[in-house]
Amino acid sequence: MTAYLDHAATTPMLPASVETLTCHLHRTANASSLHTSGRRARRVVEESREQVAAALGAGPNDVVFTSGGTEADNLAVKGLFWGRQDDATRRHRIVASAVEHHAVSDSVEWLVQHEGAEVEWVPVDGAGRIDLDAYRDILDRDPDSIALVSVMWANNEVGTLQPIDEVVAAAKQHGIPVHSDAVQAVGSVPVDFGDSGVDAMTITGHKLGGPYGAGALLLRRGLDLAPVLHGGGQERGVRSGTLDTPAIAAFAVAVDTAVAARPSQAPRIASLREELVAGVQARVPGAVVSGDPDPAGRLPGIAHFTFTDCEGDSLLYLLDARGVECSTGSACQAGVPQPSHVLRAMGMDDTQSRGALRFSLGHTSTKTDVDAVLEAIGPAVERARNAGLASRAHGFVA
Amino acid sequence: MRVLAAMSGGVDSSVAAARTVEAGHEVVGVHLALSSAPGQARNGARGCCTIEDARDARRVADVLDIPFYVWDMADRFRQDVMDDFVAEYAAGRTTNPCVRCNERIKFAALLDKALALGFDAVATGHYARIVDGPSGPELHRSLDPAKDQSYVLAVMGREALGHALFPLGDSASKADVRREAQALGLGVSAKPDSHDICFIPDGDTRAWLDARVERRPGAIVDATGTVVGEHDGAVGYTIGQRKGLRLGRPAPDGKPRYVLDVSVVDNTVTVGPSDALRVTAMDGATPVWLDTPPAQGAELSVQVRAHGEPVPCKVIRADDDLVSVDVTPGLTGIAPGQTLVLYDGARVVGSATISGARRAAA
Repeated sequence: MTAYLDHAATTPMLPASVETLTCHLHRTANASSLHTSGRRARRVVEESREQVAAALGAGPNDVVFTSGGTEADNLAVKGLFWGRQDDATRRHRIVASAVEHHAVSDSVEWLVQHEGAEVEWVPVDGAGRIDLDAYRDILDRDPDSIALVSVMWANNEVGTLQPIDEVVAAAKQHGIPVHSDAVQAVGSVPVDFGDSGVDAMTITGHKLGGPYGAGALLLRRGLDLAPVLHGGGQERGVRSGTLDTPAIAAFAVAVDTAVAARPSQAPRIASLREELVAGVQARVPGAVVSGDPDPAGRLPGIAHFTFTDCEGDSLLYLLDARGVECSTGSACQAGVPQPSHVLRAMGMDDTQSRGALRFSLGHTSTKTDVDAVLEAIGPAVERARNAGLASRAHGFVA
Repeated sequence: MRVLAAMSGGVDSSVAAARTVEAGHEVVGVHLALSSAPGQARNGARGCCTIEDARDARRVADVLDIPFYVWDMADRFRQDVMDDFVAEYAAGRTTNPCVRCNERIKFAALLDKALALGFDAVATGHYARIVDGPSGPELHRSLDPAKDQSYVLAVMGREALGHALFPLGDSASKADVRREAQALGLGVSAKPDSHDICFIPDGDTRAWLDARVERRPGAIVDATGTVVGEHDGAVGYTIGQRKGLRLGRPAPDGKPRYVLDVSVVDNTVTVGPSDALRVTAMDGATPVWLDTPPAQGAELSVQVRAHGEPVPCKVIRADDDLVSVDVTPGLTGIAPGQTLVLYDGARVVGSATISGARRAAA
């Protein structure tokens, strides 16, 4: 039996979403075609658009379907940056939190390297929440030179929520557009695009029970945004490419279902998480929990630990061998977890962050999953510590 | 047994992993990431540390249906193998980085971590045999003498030997191993062999080292101390070297001259005739014994290069601090830093780092 605790990477598809996807895969038509079948497909897309919009407090015309979170983040960051340049004004600064997902931070870095952008990373506190004073100082310093602000709704590694209301309020004073990557937030915490005042918001299917390869950028109408993909002019001319009707329909069902289920699911998941955290801390003295200790300040399903003198990849192997699937939380390069920029921004040194492990719970999580972790964690940490010490020693020969 | 199969993504380690699975062990595949900035693709035949190689290893693990992980040992590798190679070169010593990697990474850091994680043994794609002897496992040359890698493994020590598996040691030839890979449906069956030093992808070891070690011009002298030429840095010279000396005047006897000695401290290169290169006795420091040290007077053979021929030798002294052997009628091209490996027939007796040599004339 496998205990799956990596919902923040991908959560299992909801049965309703699978059913919708398979149902539409049997039908043929390009949603841009003008004939009867095309119109039928277009109707599915437009109803899906309305479904997504309604679930998230947006208007149907705010929804731009994409291939997922990475594309939506790229479109928001690059599209807003380019859209805000004109002959009269050079808005070359980008303000982003130091804990953004790589889809945002690497897009920003690319603009810095290739398009003459300048970046201001907003520092975070020990819990991973942005320093609002520092943020406001950055904005006040020549606000006319700022192209956009990008601050994620909730962090994917440690689960900390960002003060989106304050971020938006300060940016609005200067007329600066705000993008927020809400990939981890939708379905886990209340998210209302309209009320939030953000101008662009990233969501994706596979983090909330929908299919892979389907997501959206919610984009306030009237916002000047340069397209990244050019072609047939679909999606307001902002995102060309034939619409993936089955995936869009299944994605919309998942958004609707996940948002509707949130009031009952989130507390259930939160209490499983509390049980997991308390259990791990009881079995592994010295296990450090990262992120906001206040449940109101974080996602209900993420439990992020650092185990001193351990390497995350050793722990991952030992738990995997015992049927417990989790993550080190940070990005991998060719299978090797890289030191987490999030933990670094939170003030953790790289030695400590090597012992990071993220358990993330979701809609299919049960007490059995938590029990599996608690049964495996003690011996796994003990063994990983020995391995950590062994690989620091000089080996047999010396 | 629970066995960790080290998988480089090459055909040898892939078949070694397959044979370990076939033997009924519980196998987990591990690819070592040895570069902190790996290249995307292989360049020709060389290298073993690209992302493409990691993917090849992963695909073999998929086919064998074993768990697979990538372990990051890039820091250790840089320190213990690459930096060490540069430092030894700068100190005028000739080392073999593959020997170092086996000594400090594969059969030290990797094996230690594997054992600590609960594995019983590490399997690699080396060509060597482990034979049960009267006093425990023995390291022997592989069945195919053309592929034998016992030389680069001789530094691993007895304890590590007890936790090592070399499933390819009994292979009749590399062609057999490739055929086996093909029969198993492993995509790497036709992959080119890796050669030379994995972290120097273009194969130009000298250029790689020269980019990392400062060279100062100095004198080339003969055995009497007379200056006979100038060099652009003593570190660049190897004992036995003939080419590139750029000596203007011919030697009085008209015979070619060779590098006899390199002193990095004095930045001096000493040259002389080929007779003077012949070494008849050698000392080795920090010996590693795979059995009890041989008795004084024991008649063994000694090999001083990975692809060198073994020559007969007689043990003068062999203990935990030093090994000293007579090699009559003599050996050429002996430089400090090289690893000497003692064999009793096909069996590895021990190894040591060459620390001194005595010449026939001396």
